[in-house]
Amino acid sequence: MLRIKNVESGYGRLKVLKKVTMHIRQGEIVTIIGANGAGKTSLLRTVSGLIRARSGEILFDMQDIGKLPAEKIVFMGCSLVPEGRQVFATLTVRENILLGAYPQFRRKQGGAVREDLERIYGIFPRLKEREKQLAGTLSGGEQQMLAIARSLMARPKLIMMDEPSMGLAPLIMKDIFSVITRLRKEGNTVLLVEQNAKAALAIADRGYVIETGRIVMEGTAEELLSNREVQRAYLGRDLDAEETM
Amino acid sequence: MYWEPDKECLDREELEQLQIERLQSTLTRVYAHVPFYRKKFDFVGVLPEDIESLSDLARLPFTTKDEVRGNYPYGMFAVPLREVVRIHATSGTVETAAVVGYTRNDIKTWSNLAARLLAAGGVTKDDVVQICFAYGLSTGGFGLHYGAERIGASVIPASIGNTARQIKIMKDFKTTALVSTPSYAMLVADTIREKGVPVSALSLKYGLFGAEPWSEEMRRQIQDTLGIVATDNYGLSEVLGPGVSGECLERKGLHINEDHFLAEVIDPETLRPVPAGQMGELVITTLTREAFPMIRFRTRDLTCILPESCPCGRTGRRMSRVAGRTDDMLVIKGAHVFPSHIGALLQEIGGGELCYQIVIDRRGAMDEVTVLVEADGGAFTGQERRQAGLADAIRKKLAHELGVTVDVKVVEKEALSRVEGKVKPVVDHRKL
Repeated sequence: MLRIKNVESGYGRLKVLKKVTMHIRQGEIVTIIGANGAGKTSLLRTVSGLIRARSGEILFDMQDIGKLPAEKIVFMGCSLVPEGRQVFATLTVRENILLGAYPQFRRKQGGAVREDLERIYGIFPRLKEREKQLAGTLSGGEQQMLAIARSLMARPKLIMMDEPSMGLAPLIMKDIFSVITRLRKEGNTVLLVEQNAKAALAIADRGYVIETGRIVMEGTAEELLSNREVQRAYLGRDLDAEETM
Repeated sequence: MYWEPDKECLDREELEQLQIERLQSTLTRVYAHVPFYRKKFDFVGVLPEDIESLSDLARLPFTTKDEVRGNYPYGMFAVPLREVVRIHATSGTVETAAVVGYTRNDIKTWSNLAARLLAAGGVTKDDVVQICFAYGLSTGGFGLHYGAERIGASVIPASIGNTARQIKIMKDFKTTALVSTPSYAMLVADTIREKGVPVSALSLKYGLFGAEPWSEEMRRQIQDTLGIVATDNYGLSEVLGPGVSGECLERKGLHINEDHFLAEVIDPETLRPVPAGQMGELVITTLTREAFPMIRFRTRDLTCILPESCPCGRTGRRMSRVAGRTDDMLVIKGAHVFPSHIGALLQEIGGGELCYQIVIDRRGAMDEVTVLVEADGGAFTGQERRQAGLADAIRKKLAHELGVTVDVKVVEKEALSRVEGKVKPVVDHRKL
């Protein structure tokens, strides 16, 4: 579905991604884990077309999207749920969701939007309850749900999520992750960027570890979970303390 | 039949994507964690990020057996020792061995890859698998043991030696799959014939053989005598152990586990890649090893890549059966022996350089090695008794150091035939 080869990108003179190569297959949940500033968000922004790859190849459904503008990439079926939700606080929940259907209107599929809206309310009943409320009045978890709901209205084939659990209470975080699992069950493909590596690896099929813009490890979620370096650096396990216990 | 069909039959294009991802992350890790590789890459001026495609791999330097030994014992480990759960070593004396580490994930990978070759050779969870490899520092026993256990077969860790007892176990425990060296299978076949045990008394169906080169003629004999399907498998401790490649029931070459190893075949003289179908030296790069990644390891084994696809459906390219070595290493009863090593041991005993010749023969099934040593003016002069005593001392020393029993004969000075004034160090009468 998505195949990235030797992609480099960055901001100004700063090179953030250095020859990143990775792929996602149809129906997979793939997670990218790494420390702050390792290049996780830059990678999603590069694929989305929000920043331009300086070199390398980004193939989405076998088509090179490396030089396409961001909106074209969304039309092709690759949506981003941005870091920090980015909902429109002064619009209602319903208006926020409908904004996500913009590509559908452009595709002259406006008639399907009502149907999509109902389907999405089925996944997020809470949003239906609050559909007339202003988005700015929602809790963090609800805003995250809203951001996901908005991205789904474009009927994406690939959903990229940037830190969906950021700043959320553990219980709400659990809800978000069960939504991601549900999306996959319904045939979606998910690229998940997370600082909470433990939660991400618990639902992912595979993962990549990124350090200073380079992929240093890849493997199934199970392999990464049992890798001691990953445990120490990203799962917050104090192995030395455990051993002396 | 297949153990991991999604991986063994992976579409070539997807496989190559996976290979480049794994290659790049392996290179990044070795450059960061193994000073040996960092120095070598810096020396040729190629950084991990310069490797953009699989063909770029050729820009990196080779790694040789001597270099691995030079980093004895832990110099080439890419993880701290506390993450290593297993340590193996290649055969030979401890100081000249390659010491190889495995993380928990490496052991898991190893089990799966050994399971692949066992499944490809016919083994299922209903089989009783007798493993006649040494369980010790060398990798044969443990690797195949885990593979068979992973499949869910009933595993008998019979290890080596005492052939009569092995055959009794085979008969009584109703062993269906024999895992050993091909020469050991020949010995079993010969012993059964000598003792008049009918093959019908055994339940054997499959034989999975490796660790030494063997001929199609040997395969025919083993298959006919034991009434089994015999497949060949290949591996080496420096990159993993058994599980690098293995034959399927087609028995026309060994499928390389290309999602875990990159295989190149080079001309051992020019060091340039040779086209598929042409014999050369196998060079292996590991793609998933955590504790002991290996970049472009020169195996010294002669093989070629078979260009045709296999009717079994596996997409992993096949290598032809190993045809020999590009160095003077001898594989005797599965153990690796270098003639120069024997020479050095003789020097230790004799207190000076001695003329010697290693004669290898195959009597029946087993290799027989005789070391002929010339008595010189010093230590070996004349006296019969002293000669016998010395021969005995040498025999003990060699058995101890090499791990295989060899016969030793002390001969008169100048008794060994010379070609241009030099004694040929090895005379190999075996027909493989």
